[in-house]
Amino acid sequence: MSDSPRPGPGYDAADLADIPGTTIFTTASSRRAYQLHRFCMSLMKAENRAAFKADEGAYLDRFAMTPEQRQGVVDRDFNRLIGLGGNIYFLVKISNTDGWSVQRAVGTMAGMSGDDYAAMMVAGGRSPVGNRSIKGAH
Amino acid sequence: MARITAGVGTSHVPAIGAAIDLGKSAEPYWAPVFAGYDWSRAWEHEAKPDVVILVFNDHATSLMLEVVPTFDIGCADSYTPADEGWGARPVPVVEGHAEFAAHIAESLIIDEFDMTILNEMEVDHGMTVPLSLLFGSVERWPVRVVPVMVNVTQFPPPSGDRCYRLGEAIARAVASFPEDLNVQIWGTGGMSHQLQGPRAGLINREFDTAFLDRLADDPAALRKITHYEYLREAGSEGIELIMWLIMRGALGHDPVVRHRFYHVPASNTAVGHIVLEAA
Repeated sequence: MSDSPRPGPGYDAADLADIPGTTIFTTASSRRAYQLHRFCMSLMKAENRAAFKADEGAYLDRFAMTPEQRQGVVDRDFNRLIGLGGNIYFLVKISNTDGWSVQRAVGTMAGMSGDDYAAMMVAGGRSPVGNRSIKGAH
Repeated sequence: MARITAGVGTSHVPAIGAAIDLGKSAEPYWAPVFAGYDWSRAWEHEAKPDVVILVFNDHATSLMLEVVPTFDIGCADSYTPADEGWGARPVPVVEGHAEFAAHIAESLIIDEFDMTILNEMEVDHGMTVPLSLLFGSVERWPVRVVPVMVNVTQFPPPSGDRCYRLGEAIARAVASFPEDLNVQIWGTGGMSHQLQGPRAGLINREFDTAFLDRLADDPAALRKITHYEYLREAGSEGIELIMWLIMRGALGHDPVVRHRFYHVPASNTAVGHIVLEAA
């Protein structure tokens, strides 16, 4: 047997919910966004990307996602899609299809222009100071 | 017999791959990133590993939709670079080592790590960007690769401590393989970054620096970092750093730091890199 230190479970739900501007992608999220994510992964084939670009509505009809998720895709509203169970590693396939850089896609969620977001990153990124806890516990 | 001679930690940012593939690596934004790997490419040229055990996470490429395994090991003969939505990277197919991988998989399961075995998979930037950074642009990768994948995306991932112990078990598995192989283990991902929500763009230089400071000499401190601390301090994607602890666990006592590099940013991410030689 290893003599490793054995930490506790490492989290509780209240702690995770207290991180500002952050959604934890869980088993329940994964289930909720399954059809949305099926659509995203379909964009890993060039012919599917072409079909999506040619007629977004007709292509989205192939996937049984919720109307809210569908509208989030149409609007490229990544914050909304994450609120509806989505995860960025799936969603980025939409922005890749649009020819956007990952930075441009991610920056849309930060409530900043692409230029301002890029400048923030070059200046060292978003500081954790003031961004650790909604309750101010850290 | 097979032996682990060195460990490498490195970020695996997709934009680094795009910069290489689009010929942008000499541009002012990217040049400092690639300069941080010059020493390591020369070192790899001398080290001549036969096999790299490459620890990374699949980014909704071959996994994460229908199946979400916590720990997987690839036992295929080869791995094709995936089309992640902009066409596959123009890099060579990755050659596996099916016999060695099968030995490691069996040894790990006997050692009570319940690995999922993948006999076929495409690989994304999580594997191909580290290979490009350490070996450059080549016609054929100069190593065979045993992929080890970790779920770091769907909560909860394994603990950092569990990852460290998997690394220890990988070292036992390697040591019991009869063929004479020079093996490296690479832990990839991180460092601090967050790719979602209003807190996107989070970078925590202090956390990253402390992680690099402790990796060689005080891994016990890193093993105690909880999920909550990673998510809070290093960002929702910074928890990828648990994969570096698999590498560190496989190296045993007193590895020597040969090279270290840190740079902000590459796209949304803090780039960290370390080269450790086994004692």
